[in-house]
Amino acid sequence: MSAIRLLVGTRKGAFILTSDGRRKNWAVSGPHFGGWEIYHLKGSPADPNRIYASQSSGWFGQVIQRSNDGGKTWAPVGNKFVYDGVPGTHQWYDGTQHPWEFKRVWHLEPSMTDPDTVFAGVEDAALFRSTDGGQTWQPGAGGMCLHTILLDPTDPARIFVAISAAGAFRSDDAGQTWRPINHGLRSDYIPDPTAEVGHCVHRIAMHPSRPRVLFMQKHWDVMRSDDAGDSWHEVSGNLPTDFGFPIEVHAHEPETIYVVPIKSDSEHYPPDGKLRVYRSRAGGNEWEALTKGLPQSDCYVNVLRDAMAVDLLDPCGVYFGTTGGQVYASCDAGDNWSPIVRDLPAVVSVEAQTLP
Amino acid sequence: MIRVVLPVHLRTLAQIDGELTLKVGSPVTQRSILDALEAAYPMLRGTLRDQVTLRRRPFVRFFACGQDLAHDPPDTPLPAAIATGAEPFLIVGAIAGG
Repeated sequence: MSAIRLLVGTRKGAFILTSDGRRKNWAVSGPHFGGWEIYHLKGSPADPNRIYASQSSGWFGQVIQRSNDGGKTWAPVGNKFVYDGVPGTHQWYDGTQHPWEFKRVWHLEPSMTDPDTVFAGVEDAALFRSTDGGQTWQPGAGGMCLHTILLDPTDPARIFVAISAAGAFRSDDAGQTWRPINHGLRSDYIPDPTAEVGHCVHRIAMHPSRPRVLFMQKHWDVMRSDDAGDSWHEVSGNLPTDFGFPIEVHAHEPETIYVVPIKSDSEHYPPDGKLRVYRSRAGGNEWEALTKGLPQSDCYVNVLRDAMAVDLLDPCGVYFGTTGGQVYASCDAGDNWSPIVRDLPAVVSVEAQTLP
Repeated sequence: MIRVVLPVHLRTLAQIDGELTLKVGSPVTQRSILDALEAAYPMLRGTLRDQVTLRRRPFVRFFACGQDLAHDPPDTPLPAAIATGAEPFLIVGAIAGG
């Protein structure tokens, strides 16, 4: 029987949750790297036991950890992230120019084919790539974070990334050159609401069978592109609020997508104290609230951008973690939910591995 | 031998218990201790000082013989008690964040 391994990053360590394919009984391993912020962990599609983890601390900076045995043991690898050339400056909060500087790794995206190749999206926004299992990092592009990295499974040269307060970008030459892909986005909170860049994209998602179809949760608005990001249109439809962070696609239904509406950008919690996942089976616009098993009163947690994932089983499992330390699981595509754990540190990221 | 005490998170990262000892050539300075420390424990690179500029990280402090040495130039010779191993070189994470 197949098994599921969830890789959970939290503010105070990493946790690994495992279950057999029934997804009813879960074992909890951790905390790994206790006391450190674990922004993200992700396993290699080519070798699921190869897992990379971003470990960071306001005191001691960035460490990258690697496991070759599915998270049982770990070893630190390279953590030297140096921007290419002179990275220039940007205006800081006090109006002065401040140099771009590396702060932390937000997202690790292993190659689909090579366990030793992994991309890192970092703050201040840049993309790094390692081809030696994380030992050394080469800059690939450069107060923002590069938080989303999507690799096109049909075209190794095509990469999509998203950057907070900047937007979505695409490379068609394996990261050598990039162009903004934000046509159709509208952000009324920036000086030019339809500017080429400056949009606060929170996450983008794709189904591997249709890499030209992208779904986006923006700061406000849920958006869709059918042309690899060349143009976007809004699909917020009947959502109670279109602010939120994660967006995810069903493993077997490319038109089924999930978001977690959050009340507003100044109140990072669900509307009406009700934690609801919204599912659209039409690729957007028509949404249904999924509430069974989720708290429907007095709930004021947030769900962060990398804290939702799906597995590959049938029916599709959907998982998300909250800033209140709960990790919820649905083994029927979102119809019913139950907590795997309730009291972890604030959850930053959740990734699901489907193991043979 | 130089005695060095690391903060708990870095002891975990370096997989050591208690204080560690290092062989450091003369003169014994902050820089020579950190160079020897990072050579012996490469996983600590970048956690105490920037890997390019070699500047101390903001929330990392160095103490020895009852003195805060964090603002001293990195090549200033440290007190003799450090060089002889009578006193440890303390690397401390600043108390910050409430």
